[in-house]
Amino acid sequence: MRLLINKIFLSLSVLSALIGLAFLAWILITLFIKGLGSFHFGLFLNDLIDGGLRNLIIGQFILAGLASIIGIPLGMAAGIYIQEYGQGRYANIIRDLSDIMMSAPSIVIGAFVYAVVVVPTGGTSGFAGAIALAIMMIPVVINTTDNMLSLVPRELREAGIALGASKYKVIIDIVIKAAKVGIMTGILLAFARIIGETAPLLFTSETSNYFSLNLTESFPSLTVSIYDLANEPEEASRDLAWAASFILTVLVLIINLSGRFITRNKK
Amino acid sequence: MPVLNIKKFSFTYPGVDHPSLKNINLPIKKNKITALIGPSGCGKSTLLRSMNRIHDLYPGNKYEGKIEFTDENKQISDILDIKKENEFIELRQKIGMIFQKPTPFPMSIFDNVAYGLKIAGVKNKTELADRVEVALKGSALWKEVHDRLNKSAMGLSGGQQQRLCIARAVAVKPEVLLFDEPTSALDPISTGAIEELIVELKKDVSIAIVTHNMQQASRISDYTAFMYLGDLVEYDKTENIFLNPKEKKTEDYITGRFG
Repeated sequence: MRLLINKIFLSLSVLSALIGLAFLAWILITLFIKGLGSFHFGLFLNDLIDGGLRNLIIGQFILAGLASIIGIPLGMAAGIYIQEYGQGRYANIIRDLSDIMMSAPSIVIGAFVYAVVVVPTGGTSGFAGAIALAIMMIPVVINTTDNMLSLVPRELREAGIALGASKYKVIIDIVIKAAKVGIMTGILLAFARIIGETAPLLFTSETSNYFSLNLTESFPSLTVSIYDLANEPEEASRDLAWAASFILTVLVLIINLSGRFITRNKK
Repeated sequence: MPVLNIKKFSFTYPGVDHPSLKNINLPIKKNKITALIGPSGCGKSTLLRSMNRIHDLYPGNKYEGKIEFTDENKQISDILDIKKENEFIELRQKIGMIFQKPTPFPMSIFDNVAYGLKIAGVKNKTELADRVEVALKGSALWKEVHDRLNKSAMGLSGGQQQRLCIARAVAVKPEVLLFDEPTSALDPISTGAIEELIVELKKDVSIAIVTHNMQQASRISDYTAFMYLGDLVEYDKTENIFLNPKEKKTEDYITGRFG
């Protein structure tokens, strides 16, 4: 009887796993077929106005990069505060707020940035988009930093203190170094997450058909353009959207895999 | 004159009503090894950790009494009076500590040993290199690591890591070294090497060691303090404690009747 229940359970979980994987495979296969069908290297050489994606890919990286420049230091500093300095209640409040922020719908963050940045500055801009992405990123970085620092053994901090180092020196020289790989991986995953975001950019940076480095106006974005192109009636636009989706997926996959690669190599 | 003289010392952890250590009087004698033994929870580690105020890493502890420290210039100061950051740094460079688990920092072997020296303000490259070499030789590690000083310390074995931690502590030329069960995470051969090293070190430093291992206390220490439930039950020369204890409790513990 027990063996039978065991078998039923095993088959049920294998079945569920297969269903899950099947959908994932379906998505990826569709993406690859449709994406590869309209993929050519000319996409990397021309801007959207000329039927390419160059400006969008570069723009997306600039937005995510700028978001990282804002988000990583702030998130890490907050994570260090929670784990190393914060005591009891305050640290827990910040931790909870950060968790809530992490599960906040991205469209809400987009709407928030629209209200506090886009409206006062009189229009959509690359900066507004980067700020929205940074807000998405901060809680993830806080969480990673907090978790990774908590894995550093207490004795290591005490050993630093016992040699006469001050607390901040111990944190900078020893604790962060010990948690470096984990924090880097977490940051990479956070980056992979924001580079594929659409909703926070939809009405903050919008997108642009032209190559631009001017962050004070609408800024080219791969994800927002995918959204726009997919809504166009012409077949050619939708093919371009497929190609863009394919490129985006491959990019996110590469970033994700390199995150895993770092972790595995260090362990 | 003992290098550390603990007088009427009580210690209370934050959020606890009753003290974990009650009215302790204990000398740590110069160039001798003093072992602190007793069952788990007796307060021996708490006492050891009071001697360099490492407890202060966590706020809210309460100290009472005195821990008088006589430095090499015969200056006496009370460790419990220390309040300023720079005084703490000075204290911890004079009173070093080695922990139960080896605690190599995630950096090269050389940088590990040089870490305390850099904090002490040694900047000259040749002086750093010389003192790292002396410390590693003094910890019987030089032969094993001299050709890979720039490799990560994480690649050393547990026993080597512990000797590295001793080298790191010795490098800043402390006057006292506190050992908190330094061999309990090590295999017997590494334990033997560390024990030899500790005995070797007492030429230059005074040593207090917490140990769960009574054979270890009897092998290496000159004086032994037996603690039980936050009290110091008996303190004497090691041979007296093990061969001729005065207190019934001490006898029961060392003969293995409890603990």
